[in-house]
Amino acid sequence: MSDETATIESPTREIDKVVIRLAGDSGDGMQLAGARFTDASALFGNDLATLPNFPAEIRAPAGTLPGVSSFQVQIADFDILTAGDEPDCLVAMNPAALRANIGDLRPGGTLIVNEDAFDERNLAKAGYDSNPLEDGSLQGYRVIRVPMERLTKEAVKDTGVSGRDVLRSKNFFALGLLAWLFHRPEAPVIEWVEKRFADKPEIKEANIRAFRAGFTYGQATEAIKVTYVVPPATLPPGTYTNVTGNTALAWGLIAAAQCAKLPLFYGSYPITPASDILHELSRHKNFGVRTFQAEDEIAAVGAAIGAAFGGSLAVTGTSGPGLALKSEAISLAVMTELPLVVVDVQRAGPSTGMPTKTEQADLLFAMFGRHGEAPLPVLAVASPSDAFGMAIEAARIALRYMTPVLLLSDNYIANGSEPWRLPKVEELPDISVPFASKPNSPDGRFLPYLRDLHTFARPWAVPGTPGLEHRIGGLEKEAVTGNVSYDPANHQLMVDTRAWKIRNIANDIPPVEVEGDEDAELLVLGWGSTLGSIRAAVRRVRSDGEKVATAHLRHLNPFPANLEDLLERYPRVLIPELNTGQLRWLIQAEFLKRCDGLNKVTGQPFRVAEVEEKIREILKEAR
Amino acid sequence: MTYTRADFQTDQEVRWCPGCGDYTILASVQTFMAEMGLPKEKIVFISGIGCSSRFPYYMNTYGMHTIHGRAPAIASGLAASRPDLSVWVVTGDGDALSIGGNHLIHALRRNFNIKILLFNNQIYGLTKGQYSPTSELGKRTKSTPFGSIDYPFNPISLALGSEATFVARTVDMDRTHTQQMLEAAYRHRGAAFIEIYQNCNVFNDKAFIQITGKEERLHNRIDLREGEPIVFDGGAKAVVFRDGRCEVVETSSVDPKEILVHDPTREDPTIAFALSRLSHGPFGPTPLGIFRKVIRPTYEEQINRQLLEAQSRFGPGDLDKLIKSHGTWQVSG
Repeated sequence: MSDETATIESPTREIDKVVIRLAGDSGDGMQLAGARFTDASALFGNDLATLPNFPAEIRAPAGTLPGVSSFQVQIADFDILTAGDEPDCLVAMNPAALRANIGDLRPGGTLIVNEDAFDERNLAKAGYDSNPLEDGSLQGYRVIRVPMERLTKEAVKDTGVSGRDVLRSKNFFALGLLAWLFHRPEAPVIEWVEKRFADKPEIKEANIRAFRAGFTYGQATEAIKVTYVVPPATLPPGTYTNVTGNTALAWGLIAAAQCAKLPLFYGSYPITPASDILHELSRHKNFGVRTFQAEDEIAAVGAAIGAAFGGSLAVTGTSGPGLALKSEAISLAVMTELPLVVVDVQRAGPSTGMPTKTEQADLLFAMFGRHGEAPLPVLAVASPSDAFGMAIEAARIALRYMTPVLLLSDNYIANGSEPWRLPKVEELPDISVPFASKPNSPDGRFLPYLRDLHTFARPWAVPGTPGLEHRIGGLEKEAVTGNVSYDPANHQLMVDTRAWKIRNIANDIPPVEVEGDEDAELLVLGWGSTLGSIRAAVRRVRSDGEKVATAHLRHLNPFPANLEDLLERYPRVLIPELNTGQLRWLIQAEFLKRCDGLNKVTGQPFRVAEVEEKIREILKEAR
Repeated sequence: MTYTRADFQTDQEVRWCPGCGDYTILASVQTFMAEMGLPKEKIVFISGIGCSSRFPYYMNTYGMHTIHGRAPAIASGLAASRPDLSVWVVTGDGDALSIGGNHLIHALRRNFNIKILLFNNQIYGLTKGQYSPTSELGKRTKSTPFGSIDYPFNPISLALGSEATFVARTVDMDRTHTQQMLEAAYRHRGAAFIEIYQNCNVFNDKAFIQITGKEERLHNRIDLREGEPIVFDGGAKAVVFRDGRCEVVETSSVDPKEILVHDPTREDPTIAFALSRLSHGPFGPTPLGIFRKVIRPTYEEQINRQLLEAQSRFGPGDLDKLIKSHGTWQVSG
């Protein structure tokens, strides 16, 4: 609530943005309540960005710190870029949720607590010696104590739910209270509950009643004197939806298949945080999508390679540990020059690491994680809605250049959401490539490695085509014929050709665009999910009259052709990344340009303030 | 379509060791393919790594020589997306049973319409002579100078345990029998697994002498023929099923009605499994032929059915509808 100075007489204050965080046990339904609040806000017309944060355990021990799950959303009446650095309003469902999140709440912020959960047992589990609701430690906040469990029980009695199910509706009570406090429309929530629980009438009824009870409690209580409204944002005209990165990526793959006029094949093995792509795609069989939940990561990529040989738009999706397992097979796709999209939704590593936390530490693995000289294009998604277009772009490059393509996303993009101005379907690009249909040699033979003179791609001849029977494989290929070859000069030629084919793609990708001042001292260069934090930080610094520029890379191999000139134009370059400096390493190696890094590996995205501070520090040094 | 064996030969020089059993198998497969008359552009051979996995280079069909152990996975993706093709996997005992064991069992249980030819020579040939997952206990090889302590797989038992719908065994030297097994596998709708005993004359010569030797085979080769009592050794010996297991008995010692009549179409795999346990390697009486042949819907049929059902329920995919399916709002200019 950035506008605390508005008149107190008014029962409703208009504010330009607010950051809300819901926190509770991982079984408390905080993700669900957050998603409903987000959707209601999206339909209301706000700009928004979300940051879910949950433990890897499905049900960590109740009431403990490791079991805390939270969902943060920022809603605004203007174009925002992140889910916000610190919440203005925190809902804490139990002492552990309070303890884990109170440090982030803005001084003077609103704290809504479920006071029923603050008994001795829960306080002890959270490690509190005394009750923070009583001991004065929350004095710096506006604390609203709500007996949520008691009121939820009251609301859902006679609905038929019993036992433990009674209290499961308390997330809807909290949601109802928030809906009242922030003037959210009730209809989208009610409609969603009616649809979602259509076959469980008692639960449907209980959730609706709890939601309404929360809303009514807000109206009746004296504890809350002011409500807030964030007016709709003035976004560019169009039709909008709210979308998560994994959903946008799945839809992008479906769109890519349509744009390529090919059936989509998706081979995958369940892994956090990529599984939702498999779930989403498996629902859309009427698009001709074939999903294959393989026995392991290797089989998933193997099956995709088989489907690529057969003429599908073949995709495999995973996260870091799975990408490691797929490495050998991706090299096979490099050697056989088959089109394949490999999606890596990055998470904090190494090894199992922190599977539900975000990180950008697979970049160098994506670049180099193969044996032999095995270059391939690497692309990165910059935000949840960006995943749609980048899926199409990855498919375009894979098909046009007959190569595997690595598309990087990450946990923050995958589970975060934002409004997406929908593209016009009929304006999506045509990325289709023709299959080879007849022999390409004057003597009537088919030469599987006779390349296109512009793209260096080899022809794609799919089984079932008479006269084009041929064999491909992992052994080195003789140029043109594709026969097995151990000839030294041929190997040199083929390694060079495969490398050149990838480098040449630089001429077929959009130049990287700069936002900000052409004549600035500093360029802030980013990639992936840091887009929002970087842009917001740069805008803040520029609004103070400082000169700074920013550019965001979606193509990481090859780099856009104009990147070198761009780097030369700015004396200082700052590269913020959620790793220990992987893009910086690449840029410095490729362009011999010393860059500054801002690096963080906490499993959390950058706060805007962190990036802002670093930019100011460098500008100060430069003066 | 009329073909001759030559239509399935490529211009590539075949590079197996002289005398290798792979030559015989290649000839059997090429002859069989010519006789079947299936358009060769519809045929795909996929292999992993190992001596046997060079096979696709020598078949004038579509083919892919892939990576170690993964051929069944790659074939699965091809079959799932192209049910119109005839997909064949060529693999060996190291490729299929060691590094690729996981893919083999899952391809079989899913019942893709793929034909898996496992050339079992009980040795690693291409890496020059280490023991394999089918090498017998105590075998002395380069990597087991004191004898192997790895208990070997019985590939037929493994395939049956993997819910395979078609399981057979043949031997390289007997081209007629090999072709019969190939044809039965081809006609089977679903995953077919054929273990082919294949002699490696360099690193494991005469491993199958009990089945192939002129004298020895008379006593040890048990031919499984559908609908016929299982007898061998010129009729002197028979197989009975007693107390949950198969046993070899003197034919004269049992009531002829007790002799097991071979029926690979039994839904329950118990007896097929019991038959597979008659030998744990080709060292004594060993059955050849079809152990199991049952009908179960293929993966491809089911995936296609789901696609068709989805299309008839929801209509053909409409991308514009899809991206608007989570609710939309308008911002006007």
